Parts: sequence; structure tokens; C-alpha cells
Amino acid sequence: MIQKKRLKDLTLLEKLYIPEIVKGMSLTFQNMFRPAFTMEYPEVKFVPPASYRGRPVLALEENGEERCVACGLCARICPALAIEVQAAETDREKERYPEKFEINMLRCIFCGFCEDVCPEEAILMSKDYELAFSNREDAIFGKDKLLTPVSKLKDRIEFLRLYK
Amino acid sequence: MPKIIIDGKEIEFQHGQTIIQAAKDNGIDIPHFCWHPSLSVSGNCRVCLVEVEKMPKLVIACATIAADGMVVHTQSEKTLSARNAVMEFILINHPLDCPICDEAGECKLQDYTYQHSVGESRFTETKQQKDKRVELGPHVMFDGDRCISCSRCIRFCDEIAGENQLTFIKRGDRVTIVTFPGKQLDNPYSLNVTDICPVGALTNRDFRFKSRVWEMSSTKTICPGCARGCNIEMWVRSNEILRLTPRQNDNVNSYWMCDTGRLETFKFVNDESRVNGSHIRREGKLTKVGWDEVFAASVSELKSFNKDEVAFIGSAYSTVEDNFLLTKFAKSVFGSKHLDFPRQIISGSGDDILIREDKRPNSLGSELVGVKPSSNGLDFDQIMEAIDEGKIKALYVVEEDLIKLNPELENIIAKLDLLIVHASNFNNMTKFANIVFPASTYAEKNGTWVNFEGRVQRIRPAVSTFDIDRSLDGMSMSRLDKFGTEYDRWGKVKKTEARSTWRILSGLANAFGTKYKYSMAEDVFTDLAKSIDSFKDLDYDVIGELGAQLKIKTHTAKV
Repeated sequence: MIQKKRLKDLTLLEKLYIPEIVKGMSLTFQNMFRPAFTMEYPEVKFVPPASYRGRPVLALEENGEERCVACGLCARICPALAIEVQAAETDREKERYPEKFEINMLRCIFCGFCEDVCPEEAILMSKDYELAFSNREDAIFGKDKLLTPVSKLKDRIEFLRLYK
Repeated sequence: MPKIIIDGKEIEFQHGQTIIQAAKDNGIDIPHFCWHPSLSVSGNCRVCLVEVEKMPKLVIACATIAADGMVVHTQSEKTLSARNAVMEFILINHPLDCPICDEAGECKLQDYTYQHSVGESRFTETKQQKDKRVELGPHVMFDGDRCISCSRCIRFCDEIAGENQLTFIKRGDRVTIVTFPGKQLDNPYSLNVTDICPVGALTNRDFRFKSRVWEMSSTKTICPGCARGCNIEMWVRSNEILRLTPRQNDNVNSYWMCDTGRLETFKFVNDESRVNGSHIRREGKLTKVGWDEVFAASVSELKSFNKDEVAFIGSAYSTVEDNFLLTKFAKSVFGSKHLDFPRQIISGSGDDILIREDKRPNSLGSELVGVKPSSNGLDFDQIMEAIDEGKIKALYVVEEDLIKLNPELENIIAKLDLLIVHASNFNNMTKFANIVFPASTYAEKNGTWVNFEGRVQRIRPAVSTFDIDRSLDGMSMSRLDKFGTEYDRWGKVKKTEARSTWRILSGLANAFGTKYKYSMAEDVFTDLAKSIDSFKDLDYDVIGELGAQLKIKTHTAKV
């Protein structure tokens, strides 16, 4: 084996190690008295910024009507085929509504295409990141789990209007 | 032949053709909304404007007769800017409600906006609002906002259906479509207006909001409603038929189909009453059994009768292949002389457009392959008489509900010692049957039908069963079919355990000890093409998508 020549030999001070240890420890002690970045999850919950893409939800207006008109664009664009929509007729002015709206959270890849393509600003990426299931059936979220009051989605909607 | 130059390409045309027809025949597409190949020219949408050299202004291609030496430009700057202007004009009052409109995905206005419009509107005023959700008739819903006043539906009713039911009222941008006072859009062909409507103004009330068009697969097949055999497309999502639409075939049905064919010929396929698996009657109840068991039971039951005591009934709902094998089985394997099929001819129900009085799609085909009594055998009425008199004790019925056809036969059927039926759904016959074979419907099998004019046409499977697999058997697939798994709710499709009649019969023949080596419907057809002269030289490739004419003399009488 050919011994590779070092670019630079260590100086005497470096060979002693002690100054280096002192340098390192001083950094450690400095950080001990700075505010902490880490969180005591799950006792303390992380609240993500508006740009965060958590699980997709459906917006529910304050008058109790859902915004979704079941156009099916989210289901079409979804690269993972996570979304299933079944439309039906209603008496409201927008005559179409989702009779069934299911997102399979095992298929969802949180890409946010559904939110991007939605013509009604009805499907939005929420801040919810806590998703754990013990069986496949539980992972399919229906309208009961998806519908979220608009008041809880305000900062996401503002974010989209600014940057989408 | 006179010649015309379109976009630098010299094409020949027939005298009297318009520019748009000459272009269409040569594969040049000139955009159009109001023009339709089989309707009169109205020339009101203006989107087919083209530039013709030496003419002072642009002309509409649909109403300008082509002349020898004419030079037409469909892509010149002048044409394109005029086309864009027309699109902008049409879109002034058209609502932007594609997300809730059922036409989205197959909308001519959507396509042309994408292709021929620059996508900007200078219109800032309020759009005209008209009546929405108007029930024009029992099957058609009208949305006034979406209408672009092309008048195709009006011309269809006047010229094809032959009933003046629709008209324009008001003028300018307030123009809208209504039915004449006291009238409804209720002619037997009314739903064709939903196909020719270039936008989502006219929709099928039976299909509204059920599915987006891109979620379904479509299969080219034939309507079983009558002896015409209209060419159709069958639209399926998650193994469920959602709608039927007509498919162009100038030799059979042009662009059209009747409402009865469109609405009433597919619902039984999705129905809860489907026979799922073979059944044998035990202690008065039909019990589900396996295939081997049901074949063995049928053989021992049939063998316990004399050959003269058993009669066979074919069906003009079944394919040519099914009936051919039934004939072969009844006459050669079992050796009975009594074989026929029931007719359902409703006199007065036909018309000069499409609907025939013979309500079976394959009456001629069944006759041609020999579903008729042998010499001194009994025909259908004689068989029923013989059952009544106790001479015939066992009956084998393929895919027909005889009691529904004639309720008086119930007492006669009840007298039978043995009744074996092939049934797709539990019906009046299965109530009396000792053995029920689950039959695939016309939407679940390959085969051919012969229409009243002697045209052989292919039916293709659109719904999968345990017998026929969507991907392995080359059926049409939507995106959901391609990528679905058993863990997806939409991937868990409902399948029936049913077999085509020819497959059941060859299984039964094998149980009788006669080996049939057919592995698919095409094999049966190849075999019958060899032995029956009318089908000589035909195969599935020759029949193709539009069918093939048999060289036979057909009844000229209106049946």
C-alpha cells in the first residue's frame, strides 16, 4: 500500500489536542444557555407554517355548506389515485355536490396537486401531520373527517392567494 | 372529378359538396358547431369561416358549395383571427361552469376554446342569465345558460325524429330553446340531442352527475334492443355500466339510437337479481353448487328421459356462437329433434327510422345456424302443446324468460318434470327451474349477432366476470381499472360468476363424453364459418368494428 502524503502536517499545538477540546467544549457550553430548537413532542406540538402541506381537507363554509362541487379534477390529477369522488345533484345554485368524497391516506403522497387544481378552493392542505392507522379501512377518510371549517384554514387560503 | 385546393393540398370532391364536406372526406378538420354531417346546413355558429381566394370576405365552409379550382385557406392569418373572434363572441354568454358541467371532457366548446381561441375576453359586462334545469322531456334536461344556439337539436327533431318539438324563442343574446306550447321533447329518439349538443346544454337525465367521462372505459358493441342492431359504445366505470351512446355506422344506424335501446337494455346487467354461480333445486330451494357438480347433475337428469321427451329452446338474445353450439348439442350430442326459439314481434312498434318490430337482436342469426326443429321435430308452439299434453317432460331453455313473453305459459312450464335454464337474472323461469346455469349477459361476452338485414356484427365484453378478465382478455380499461388494487374501495368491483352460454354448453357436452375443444368464442365462430355456407370466409377480423354483410336473401317485410 502506498502511503498518501498529507496535505499539511499537524502543528505542535494541534498535536497537543487540549486547545481543541477547550474550543469544542466552549461551543457546547454556549449552546447550553441558548433557547432550544427541539420540542418535547408529543407533549408539545409543532405548529407548522402556512406553507406546510399536511393532510388534505375539504373546506366547509360558515353556513354549513361544503365548497366542493365534485368536479373530479383532484381525483384526475392525483398521481397516486388516492381520491375518489362521487357526484350527485343538489338544489343549490351550484347544482353538483360530492355524495361521497374519500381520500385514501395510505395512497396520498402530500404533493398538493389536488389543492393546486381545485377550481373552488375547496380542497386544501391542512397542518395536520399526525396520521397513524392500525388497519387499511381506517386510512380511508370520508367526508366526516375531511370537512373542516374555513375559519381553521384561513392562513393556508391567504398563503395560496399570495403564492399560488 | 372537380378539384379544390385546401391549405395547398389538392383534393377531389363530388359535385354539390360543400367545402367542409370535401375537407372532411380528405381528413382536413374545419372546426364547426352547428354543422352535422346528417343534418341540414344552418350556418349560424360561424366558427367554420375560411378564406377563399378571390372572394371579398371570409365564407362559412359549411354553406359554401365547393367549385372547381377554388383555393381555400383554413390556417391563414385572416381565418385564424376570425375564428378567434367567433370563439370570443360565443364565449361571451357561456358560463364558466365546466367543473359542474357533465359535458366537461367531451365538450366541443372546451376543445375549440383550447385549440382555436387565444383565451382572452374583452367582455366585462354581466352575462345573460337564462332558465336552468328545464325538463324538456322525460329524458332530457336543458340548461339555457350553456346553450350556444347552434340549433342542432331543433334540426334533429325536425329532420331525423320527424317531430317538430323544439324551437328558438326571443332574439339576439336572449335567444333560448323551448318546446312548442303543449309539447314535450318526448319522441322515441330524444336522447340523441344530448349526443349532438356540442356543449352541456342538453343532458341525459338518466346519466346526469353519475360520472366524469374520463373515469369510464368505452367498449364498441351492439344494442340488444331490437333486430336493427344499432352500433353503440358502452361506458363502464368500476365494472358497472353507466350509459350507452350510439356509434356511427352508416350501414346500420347512422349516428343515432332510440331511447328505449339507450335506457332499458343495460340496467339488468348491474342488477341485484343476477344469478351468481350455478344453482340446483334441493328440497324446493335453489342451492349454489360448483361447476363440476352442476354438469354431472344435468347429465344424469337429462339421461333419465327419452330423447323424444326432451326439448331445447334457443334464444335470439344469445349470440350466433351460443345458438350454434346449442344446435350441435341438442341434435348431435343429445339427439333431440325438438329445437326452436321464441319470437317476440310486437306489431305496430316499429318505425321507418330505426326501431324494428322484432325485439330480438339475433333472430336471423339463430335461424341461420339452425335453431329450428329437425324433420318431424316440434316447433316452439308444438313443444308447448306437447308439454301440456305430457309428451315432453323436460325442457332446456337458453336465456329466455318464456313466462314474461307469454304469462299463459306459466301453467305449462309448471307441468315439466325437469327444467334446466340458462339465466342471467333470477326471473319467472328460475322459479320453476330444477337447474339454473348462470349466463353471461351480452355485456360480458364475445360473440356475433346478425341483424334483420343480414349484417353480422360483433359484441364485445365491457363488464368482467369470473369467466372473463379485464386485462387478460383485452377488454377496454380506464385508468382506475389499470391501477386499482383489491385494497381500494373503487378497485373492489362487483363480479358475477357467470359463463357465456357456448362455454356452459361445451362444458355440458364434455360431461356427456363429447369433447369440444373451444377455448374462446372465436373458435366457435371459425368452426361455424366452415360448416355454414352463409358465414363462409368470415372471421372476427373481417367483421371488424362495423360488421360484414352476409350474402343471403333477407326478408324484405318490415319485421
